[in-house]
Amino acid sequence: MADHVVAQDTPSAYEPSLFGTYSKKIGMWLFLLSDSLTFGALLYAYSYGRISTAGWPTPFHSESIINATIMTAFLLTSSLTMVLAVRASADGRPKAQVLWLLATMVCGTAFIILHGREWTKLIAEGLTLPMFPAVPGQEGAGEFVNVAKNVPQFASTFFTLTGMHMLHVTLGVVYLGVVALRRKFIPILLVCWLVAWLATPAYSPFHYGAHVLLVAAVVISIILWLKPKVYDSSDVEVAGLYWHFVDLVWMFIFPLVYLMSAKIL
Amino acid sequence: MDPIQLAIEERVAEQHRHHTRPQFFWVWGALLVMTAIEVYLTYQNMQPVRMLTILMGLSLIKAALIIAYFMHLKFEMSLMRWLTMCSVVACLILMTIFFFPDAFRILSLGVK
Repeated sequence: MADHVVAQDTPSAYEPSLFGTYSKKIGMWLFLLSDSLTFGALLYAYSYGRISTAGWPTPFHSESIINATIMTAFLLTSSLTMVLAVRASADGRPKAQVLWLLATMVCGTAFIILHGREWTKLIAEGLTLPMFPAVPGQEGAGEFVNVAKNVPQFASTFFTLTGMHMLHVTLGVVYLGVVALRRKFIPILLVCWLVAWLATPAYSPFHYGAHVLLVAAVVISIILWLKPKVYDSSDVEVAGLYWHFVDLVWMFIFPLVYLMSAKIL
Repeated sequence: MDPIQLAIEERVAEQHRHHTRPQFFWVWGALLVMTAIEVYLTYQNMQPVRMLTILMGLSLIKAALIIAYFMHLKFEMSLMRWLTMCSVVACLILMTIFFFPDAFRILSLGVK
């Protein structure tokens, strides 16, 4: 039975899709469904910790809330530019497609930079994890040192949840860069890695987080070497699905983590 | 080209014809307005449970808008719509059933 071959009436035809669309789009939907359960589990872990832990902190000053609101606006705007890129590719306007994809990447990068700055500020104030390098001159000091000691679940769940999301946004920007620029994106990615690594101090999240870019550069080099191709409108649409999903997840993280933990004076 | 592939491409092109540029801007504007409402509510000193209910309600509306319009699910076949949404909602309901009663039980026992 193992070498049995099913005969096809027309050699190039496969069975029609159950969902009436491209198989890669269905594949992306299946990935996103599984990924939504990953984020669902992390959000539940955060909420579980909050409900079951007395003295759950509400550490976010209005400065942090404003920062997170601007991040949200960037992400929502990036979703708009992404649908415009998908629309441009469906209409056969490659130049507009690349420009909208680049606009989406700019908004995504702005989100990452603002989020990284927020992390840096929180870590400097004492809200940190044992695995993070200590900030020189700030050991044992800062507003949130007691929070990290008394309710360690807060820092653990906060950094895991937001870090996982930031990783998704970073990989999303890389994904869009590959779709928009293909091989030309690899040197850009390597320059970004070097700048983020060399121009930031060792305790900065940008310093150690930059290595994601190096790993991504290696992986996409292998992919583009094994299967070089010109990405068509269906590829742009599938990339768009991933990007909107990242936006969608933030719509739950923002109120649950930031707004419900705002420090109201 | 493969006739099935052609049919799929025609269907995808038909889906895109449903979208108009103003529609995207309306959805984007609605998402921004709902975000602004969420931030405004944060500073209204509401009861946490009431605030959580409102925030999660708004988040669900925002998620529905993103899935329906930006991710085009509104214009996919009904089988795909129902299968994807029902499966993920069922899993999240299962998580809720398993996790939250335990968290509330710990709270009622008193957290040290």
